[in-house]
Amino acid sequence: MSKPSWTIRALLTAGTIAVATLAGAQTLRFGLAEDPDILDPTLARTFVGRIVFAALCDKLFDIDEKLDIVPQLATGYEWSADRKTLTIKLRKGVTFHDGEKLDAAAVKFNIERHKTMAGSNRRGELAPVTGVDVVDDSTVRLNLSAPFAPLLAQLADRAGMMVSPKAAQAEGDKFGSKPVCSGPFRLVERVAQDRIVLERYPNYWNKGEIHFDKIVYLPIVDATVRLANLKSGQLDFIERVGTSDIAALKTDSRFKISRITEIGYQGITINVGKSDLAQKNPLGRDPRVREAFELALDRDGIAQVAMDGEADVGNQWVAPSNAFYAKNMPVPKRDVAKAKALLQAAGVSNPSFTLMTPTTSDAQKIAQVVQSMVKEAGFDVKIQSTEFATSLNMADKGDFEAYVLAWSGRADPDGNIFSFDGCKQPLDYAGYCKQEVDDLLNRSRTTLDPSERKKIYAELAAIVLKDRPIVYLIHRHWLWAHTSKLSGLRTIPDGLVRVQGLRMN
Amino acid sequence: MLNYLLHRLATIVPTLFFVSVLIFGLQQLLPGDPAMILAGEERDPTVIAHLHQKLHLDEPLPIRYLYWAGGVLKGDLGESVRIQKPVLDLIIEKLPVTLELALLAIVIALTIGITAGIVSAVAKDSAWDYAANVFALWGLSTPNFWLGIMLILLFSVTLGWLPASGYVSPFEDLKANLAAMIMPAFVLGNAIAAVLMRHTRSAMLQVLSADYVRTARAKGLDERVVVLKHALRNALTPVITLGALEFGTLLSGAVLTEQVFTIPGFGKLIVDAVFNRDYAVVQGVVLCTATAYITLNLLADMAYFLVNPRLRDSHA
Repeated sequence: MSKPSWTIRALLTAGTIAVATLAGAQTLRFGLAEDPDILDPTLARTFVGRIVFAALCDKLFDIDEKLDIVPQLATGYEWSADRKTLTIKLRKGVTFHDGEKLDAAAVKFNIERHKTMAGSNRRGELAPVTGVDVVDDSTVRLNLSAPFAPLLAQLADRAGMMVSPKAAQAEGDKFGSKPVCSGPFRLVERVAQDRIVLERYPNYWNKGEIHFDKIVYLPIVDATVRLANLKSGQLDFIERVGTSDIAALKTDSRFKISRITEIGYQGITINVGKSDLAQKNPLGRDPRVREAFELALDRDGIAQVAMDGEADVGNQWVAPSNAFYAKNMPVPKRDVAKAKALLQAAGVSNPSFTLMTPTTSDAQKIAQVVQSMVKEAGFDVKIQSTEFATSLNMADKGDFEAYVLAWSGRADPDGNIFSFDGCKQPLDYAGYCKQEVDDLLNRSRTTLDPSERKKIYAELAAIVLKDRPIVYLIHRHWLWAHTSKLSGLRTIPDGLVRVQGLRMN
Repeated sequence: MLNYLLHRLATIVPTLFFVSVLIFGLQQLLPGDPAMILAGEERDPTVIAHLHQKLHLDEPLPIRYLYWAGGVLKGDLGESVRIQKPVLDLIIEKLPVTLELALLAIVIALTIGITAGIVSAVAKDSAWDYAANVFALWGLSTPNFWLGIMLILLFSVTLGWLPASGYVSPFEDLKANLAAMIMPAFVLGNAIAAVLMRHTRSAMLQVLSADYVRTARAKGLDERVVVLKHALRNALTPVITLGALEFGTLLSGAVLTEQVFTIPGFGKLIVDAVFNRDYAVVQGVVLCTATAYITLNLLADMAYFLVNPRLRDSHA
């Protein structure tokens, strides 16, 4: 038999390469729990949007598994001696998806855009930044009105995302429909409520870490349907798996579950001064009643019953595993007898109050468990289920006695407490106002040394956790389920999926 | 005829005006400041102030209505605050999806409903009749979302025959489109099939006992010809009218079905818009639906007019 001719051999080789390329052309199909809002880092405001941004837009910094700040578009930083300027060294050779160069001028443009664009959601995060200087092509200097410890964490989130100045100027406030960033993937198409398709950006600075050619994000609101899509093989990855589905998934070898404790919390905000209602009910009026309320709670029970055990108990704005958790104020044990005694001392053995609860299933379950637990101590809790947007408005007006509220959390502890316990801050639904707390909160921002900050947070905890404007309950687990062929998944506590290193085996 | 048409068209203007005021007014009854929810988790006061200004939320209600109505008259339904896309574009994008779903559902409903109705009428009091009645009762009493989830578990998770949710355009891939649409269309058509079955059955029973049917049988015609050609034709008239009326029910039923099967149609658009307080989208979608209803009504009336000579004479 004669040897195959060169033509045939060439054809065979070409065919093999084509097949190999096809096999290598991999798509990650990702089920989201909600449809993201606008994909413009300056205007964006939802948690789910940040999941897409993790593949679309790189940031100056990122956080790692331990919540430590690590470089991304920046390669390093340096604080000045007076801590009022931050000099950032930029990675060289980075380009945006439109081919434009990411340099110091682009960073200056972005920080200024975050600060000045109408409707910017980043303005507050960058409030202390007074100006940006371009030192050289790859160095920028941020000038601050006062030292600001949470700044690096802000730059590791949306405030640190860089978009192409050229595209941003051309598109104006429509930029969100055609975002041009510098992340590993670029936007191909978005059909509202249906899908967001991203394709690999070939000139990504860290392309060696990218092993997918395409990512399709599909918003599927119903957790059962999201799981059904994973099980039937139409999705490779789903976020926010229902806690009750975990047991069945564990026994299925086709899938893997990943869990991380959230950086946010679930808690009950108590109206202690937001409106007249605070004085009209014993819970808002008397700290002893609030202490009795907390003592009547069995947090382990809440985690077990309401969350199927998929939560860590906690009593502070950060989880006990967080470096900034105040160890001087551990999670109190349930003590119904003491709770009853406190109520007796306060002269209200059967205090009654209304617990406003958004209609999300987690909040509803927590409210019901809390209701039955505190009943043993003599509390009569009425649950008032209220649609989320309405409940927010009522909370803002002080038209509530107690409110089950979740916070998705920020990498820096400041993001979990400043706006909630600072006097008249936007999220101070409790109406809590105390000069010494405000002073401590401000000091926690201007102190950059972590060990000094820990001491300040311990002092804060000693005051705030006794006043109880918020009774912190649990920190849920972010639950992800994915095909067991997927590897390289990093579990970062912010609940966002980093696509770097992720691959299908 | 022309007079009648002009008269009808003239009544549309005040009707639409009334509808637009109603839509706008009802929307304001939704509790809560839309800026609060649109401002995101941080609820930065400057963002809230910006949204108030942008959406004219601080203006008195009549002025806000004029802003909106003025835009609508110029063909501008406003912009979704959540994703910053013109409402008209969203409607154009979503409407065909829901129309396809409704159309498939009505085809399924007619096929199942009429067939079952005929069978149960012809074989009255037989096992077939009882089976069809049980089916009708089941169809009427099964909630859409429950049936949807059950079908997903059976056909997608257990059998793996159909995709669990999602949507593919028929122009992109017809087969994938049908695979994605068959379950939601069945869920949606199922309840209507039950109604149609009941009506077909009673209409058929009535017609089958009519004199002309007896005559047809007496002539020695084949029973199939008697039932399908002579009886069914007469029995179908009220059923078709009912089917057309149920098309409206389909559009509202689509709200739930689209939510369960994650179909990016009209229903999902409006539900998400209500929860996100995306006023412009809610108003635009409802206005569009109302206009469609009014137009369909007008067309139906015109059809009656053409068919019924008595109406024609009285308006001559």
